Amino acid sequence: MIEFTLWDIVRNLLLAARWTVLLSLAAFVGGAAVGMAVLFFRISKNKWSRRVASGYIALFQGTPLLMQLFLMFFGLPMLGLRIEPWTAAVLGLTFFASAYLAEIWRSGVDALPLGQWDAGASLGLHYLQELRLIILPQAFSITRAPTVGFLVQLIKSTALTSIIGFEELVRTSNAINNATFEPFKVYGLVALIFFAMCFPLTQYARSLEKRAAAR
Amino acid sequence: MAFAWLPGAVGDIAHGAVTTILLIAVTTLAGTLLSILGAAGRRNGPVLLKRAIAWYVEVMRNTPFLVQLFFIFFGLPSLGIRLDPILAAMLAMTLNMAAYTIEIVGAGLDAVPPGQTEAALALGLRPRQVFIKIVLPQALKIIYPALTSQIVIMMLESAVVSQIAVRELTYEADMLQARTFRSFETYFVVTLVYLALSMALRRLLVTGGRRALGAGVS
Repeated sequence: MIEFTLWDIVRNLLLAARWTVLLSLAAFVGGAAVGMAVLFFRISKNKWSRRVASGYIALFQGTPLLMQLFLMFFGLPMLGLRIEPWTAAVLGLTFFASAYLAEIWRSGVDALPLGQWDAGASLGLHYLQELRLIILPQAFSITRAPTVGFLVQLIKSTALTSIIGFEELVRTSNAINNATFEPFKVYGLVALIFFAMCFPLTQYARSLEKRAAAR
Repeated sequence: MAFAWLPGAVGDIAHGAVTTILLIAVTTLAGTLLSILGAAGRRNGPVLLKRAIAWYVEVMRNTPFLVQLFFIFFGLPSLGIRLDPILAAMLAMTLNMAAYTIEIVGAGLDAVPPGQTEAALALGLRPRQVFIKIVLPQALKIIYPALTSQIVIMMLESAVVSQIAVRELTYEADMLQARTFRSFETYFVVTLVYLALSMALRRLLVTGGRRALGAGVS
């Protein structure tokens, strides 16, 4: 058995936390891009594209993320695509995030008075210009707090990618725990590291919410 | 695609689904009760209790459920508390859900106009009666949609407890795909079962809520 000092454990966990951060960022950026596309479908004037987007959102919000990751990681190889845990993790979390972000931003679009659309039309803007110049900037700015709140949820969700074999914080902690037999210390430290990443964002979301309420 | 294994697997999937339903039923009851106590304590308790509840909420909300589960299942035995996987799962789910619903219930309590309490006190009800009979039902009615969403989210999170070998839906799916080598089909079918469960749960909660709390619950 190898001796682990506390510092060894902490250092290895912090090194693994890099992957948690990187994965969170990749999933957030990817989720924002795909979520924007879903949002366009969701608020389109075409009934069928609205339905498709609603179905997409209901599917991802109505099934466990773990199942989505399993389908991605074990399912795609059966369709002839070999996939690494990292790719499966990024893809799985991207789709998951896109559904939630699209729904959050849609609530922002819905919150805008219809007069905003009419005003855009009366200025002679066409649909895409209205969206780009009038609707989306306002929708994004009033949904800033829930967007940051979702980022916290996304960071916590990266823990699940340990189950499909992606070497992030939790998977590393499982390995360290198997070597040290100190689960109380190891998982306590993991919780602390996640807390250190999420708590500032939670506080930020809260202050955004207060600012929005004060307006 | 090959679903020939499915007829033989229906029993396993059903067994897993029953365990998932049991988990969420216990969590819903215990979690809601705990969060009512927590929200009341956070408003009316001594300062130390208020602070402890606030920290509890922050810690639970800012750490992953999977880590909480591992901490309870693998960590507690070193303090001499050894739990069955299913008990550990119920405990972790209840504690996790309570952290979210304490905030939700609290928001509901704040939303009931203070005049309601004053009127009830003026009628001679004792403070505890005022809380249970006047304030709480109104608060629950206000927050019911948020509570419903949280319960459904918790059911979806319960997939993770397969990792400590609780024989619920995801665990059965893991066993099935190991036996049949049809991983895509297995997870596909079980994902659909989860989708059906979450839709049914949502509907059940809405109709149940209407019946218990009266009309106006969405």
